[in-house]
Amino acid sequence: MKEYQTITEISGPLVFAEVDEAIGYDEIVEIETPQGETKRGQVLESSEGVVAIQVFEGTTGIDKNASVRFLGETLKMPVTEDLLGRVLDGSGNPIDGGPEIVPEERHDIVGAAINPVSREYPEEFIQTGVSAIDGMNTLVRGQKLPIFSGSGLPHNELALQVARQATVPEEEEGDEGGSEFAVIFGAMGITQEEANEFMEDFERTGALERSVVFMNLADDPAVERTVTPRMALTTAEYLAFEKDYHVLVILTDMTNYCEALREIGAAREEVPGRRGYPGYMYTDLAQLYERAGRIEGREGSVTQIPILTMPGDDDTHPIPDLTGYITEGQIYVDRDLNSQGVRPPVNVLPSLSRLMDDGIGEGLTREDHADVSDQMYAAYAEGEDLRDLVNIVGREALSERDNKYLDFADRFEAEFVDQGFDTDRSIDETLDIGWDLLSMFPKAELNRVDEELIEKYYREEEEEAVEAEA
Amino acid sequence: MSQATEETVREDGIINSVSGPVVTAKDLDARMNDVVYVGHEGLMGEVIEIEGDITTVQVYEETSGVAPGEPVENTGEPLTVDLGPGMLDAIYDGVQRPLDVLEEKMDSAFLDRGVDAPGIDLDEEWEFTPEVEEGEIVEPGDVVGTVPETVTIEHKVMVPPDFEGGEVVAVEEGEFTVTDAIVELDTGEEVTMHQEWPVREARPAQEKKTPRTPLVSGQRILDGLFPIAKGGTAAIPGPFGSGKTVTQHQLAKWADADIVVYVGCGERGNEMTEVIEDFPELEDPKTGNPLMARTSLIANTSNMPVAARESCVYTGITIAEFYRDMGYDVALMADSTSRWAEAMREISSRLEEMPGEEGYPAYLAARLSEFYERAGYFENINDTEGSVSVIGAVSPPGGDFSEPVTQNTLRIVKTFWALDADLAERRHFPAINWNESYSLYREQLDPWFTENVAEDWADIRQWAVDVLDEEGELQEIVQLVGKDALPEDQQLTLEVARYLREAYLQQNAFHDTDTYCEPAKTYGILTAIKAFNDEAFRALEAGVPVEEITDIDAAPRLNRIGVQEDWDEYIEALKDDITEQLREKY
Repeated sequence: MKEYQTITEISGPLVFAEVDEAIGYDEIVEIETPQGETKRGQVLESSEGVVAIQVFEGTTGIDKNASVRFLGETLKMPVTEDLLGRVLDGSGNPIDGGPEIVPEERHDIVGAAINPVSREYPEEFIQTGVSAIDGMNTLVRGQKLPIFSGSGLPHNELALQVARQATVPEEEEGDEGGSEFAVIFGAMGITQEEANEFMEDFERTGALERSVVFMNLADDPAVERTVTPRMALTTAEYLAFEKDYHVLVILTDMTNYCEALREIGAAREEVPGRRGYPGYMYTDLAQLYERAGRIEGREGSVTQIPILTMPGDDDTHPIPDLTGYITEGQIYVDRDLNSQGVRPPVNVLPSLSRLMDDGIGEGLTREDHADVSDQMYAAYAEGEDLRDLVNIVGREALSERDNKYLDFADRFEAEFVDQGFDTDRSIDETLDIGWDLLSMFPKAELNRVDEELIEKYYREEEEEAVEAEA
Repeated sequence: MSQATEETVREDGIINSVSGPVVTAKDLDARMNDVVYVGHEGLMGEVIEIEGDITTVQVYEETSGVAPGEPVENTGEPLTVDLGPGMLDAIYDGVQRPLDVLEEKMDSAFLDRGVDAPGIDLDEEWEFTPEVEEGEIVEPGDVVGTVPETVTIEHKVMVPPDFEGGEVVAVEEGEFTVTDAIVELDTGEEVTMHQEWPVREARPAQEKKTPRTPLVSGQRILDGLFPIAKGGTAAIPGPFGSGKTVTQHQLAKWADADIVVYVGCGERGNEMTEVIEDFPELEDPKTGNPLMARTSLIANTSNMPVAARESCVYTGITIAEFYRDMGYDVALMADSTSRWAEAMREISSRLEEMPGEEGYPAYLAARLSEFYERAGYFENINDTEGSVSVIGAVSPPGGDFSEPVTQNTLRIVKTFWALDADLAERRHFPAINWNESYSLYREQLDPWFTENVAEDWADIRQWAVDVLDEEGELQEIVQLVGKDALPEDQQLTLEVARYLREAYLQQNAFHDTDTYCEPAKTYGILTAIKAFNDEAFRALEAGVPVEEITDIDAAPRLNRIGVQEDWDEYIEALKDDITEQLREKY
């Protein structure tokens, strides 16, 4: 290994150096500053004679006399089952004061794409205990379902609730010989306080021992954020596909990740795409999100819940927009519901789970699940529409039918969505609450539910009570 | 992908620089669009720029670890696909490498690099039945025999378009591999079951004709209001979650094409897996055979190399054209063309080209129109007729249709199915907005529907369109004053429009029966709603209050026609009940 003292240019997170040997693209670099500090980086562009290096820990302290070493390999994550229970920094070094990690294997952090032929279609229902998710936007194993949120909203609480409560009902009852559950938490640029919240919750619930935590905090170098999720996902893939764990990966906050991408793009003077974000951001995000999934013949699975805060609550911003095009749905955390005190403040209308249809129904959740959720969507949407109208003409001007839809929308938020962050509802409970609400309407109004199911689940007394009230 | 077999290999070069999928090479003697093998691992790439002694190559695989100084080997040939029996029931990546073969060769669930595989199995033997005899004269494009490719499709072996043609001097019959000569000509040319064709070049045809037959999709809103012709082009733009992919899947499943080529371009891995798992189990509505027997899949998911995403739509359409040459009607679905455009943008920005709108290259419009222009209803060079219909999904950022990819696509395609996030939010599926969408094929297809479905097909459609238009206007008033402030006849119109939306426009893709709706049923549902409309207005004129009219038991049954298998009887009974119940009131 040769050492160079040939740095020609330092610009933002980038360092350019002259070399006289062939340096591979993506190769790892160590830069030693005159003060003796070692920083790691990666080759972004390799030409004959000159390489561009992206430095993870920031370029502060590097000068033209710093020495550059090329390690001859791409960035690797040391993986082992012993990682469970450990807290690492954004580059994968332990920061919990525990022993050195003795890797079983070292995996390239730029994961290879899963061959679509080798994938297994995800259709195992995960019960999160949150009605707005289980009932209306069901999560399944191997799915990537992001939380679209805004600054100041309780997305972290929701993510924690899911991480805490997630189970697969059938396996709970049956043999325990199945796979174990693990949580991988990748924090990118979150504040120390937020990090503490997560850590305290992990410790309080004992979840830490089945978790691996990667921490890149707000004051850590931004460029490091581009490696943190890759480290986390490489660990997840190892645990899932080689050690048979069912892994839930929580990545927060993807917005900070994308900001880091933009920073590097700008430093490289690239032609920017929308709003200054690099043109390859879709591809880059896809390389993270697509690492969720199941593989035929393997026990484990990787399920992803990335969290992102939408700048200005705007879901047409490139970050949520590109994310939505890659992930299999999204859960919206809503500011209005939050200020009304609904917990968790999930707005089901724009939320969606694309893999829901195959994960629910008879034998998976319950036979009436799809119809109930469809009907509630339609009814809630109609009620929501009428709310605008009520503001103008008042309730009296509306027909009896319209008033029922208004009542439904109110009750839906109060009884179905608002359950608190500590309530764990089974899917049966969730659907039963759904029927309580739907039975406000006459049977003929339930045009999305199969007639046989109406006969079976419809609450006669509910309708009578409503009529008596009227 | 085709191997370099000819002895035209030109001078090789060495790598000068590497930046993601873009590699430059020095001293490489190559033509534009030649395929090259890059580095010690032999990663496949394509020449996209030549400047002085520096040649720029886009590489179809990951380039991590590739270093300057490594060799670049030129094949001297452009990017081609292998054409021949075995393409149906297959699944390829963007450069036509069969994914199942890759899985086997790599012995891993993850895609490794530097592994190549031919697009069709060179060792498999096919039963060849000749259709020509010795002494006959054959010309380029002529069919010389057939091969049963799948249970559904008879593969026609043709004289390649670039042959001279001549007198047949020898004909074989029986089991052969795709590389065996089966027909010999007096010119010395040997016809095999295998052809190669450069993907960026359209296969020749005699004439492009005006399409006059619909591509029946079994989707009510498409067949009924916005039909596409066999040989037509359509775009489905929509924000995420509005149902682009479900619509594309529905078309791939139910469209009455002979062959379906499905290109998953930069989309989700799980979606492709769904297709791979579902299609073999689904029945082709035309033949009852498994759907895969007529389908060729190209899956280049979003995390697979970006350059291969750029090429996958070309690979798809070349395969489609090959089956068109045999006289088949082919439908190609590309999901999504925006990802293809983004791949162009990514490569272009790595080349540091001057960007056009929103960073897209200036040649975006040209590339899009070139691609869609390869669709059409053709008279082939062998005098058969065949068609390629192209249906492209577009994923506009933020659902904003004014962005370059949507706009440039709309300038070319003749059918526009606008997906609407609002409709999707209220679970109105398919979420196709009936006010914004259009089809320019309507008039030229009406004669077909009139002849094959019903005399008054066009009239009753116009009635439905008018009611929906009126509803749109009335809704604006309702938003201000409430429904009850409207006059009674307008309230009734709103009710009829509601049934049009719920019973006719909405269709449940996940219901076993409702998922496919034949044109006669599409028409039947409209007549049922029209019958309700006519009787209801008659009752209103007779002085029956509007609440009583809309309250009849029979009316909500309109919404259940879609899920009926015996819809014919159901509609007749329903019409009778509606008439009876309404006439009772006056």
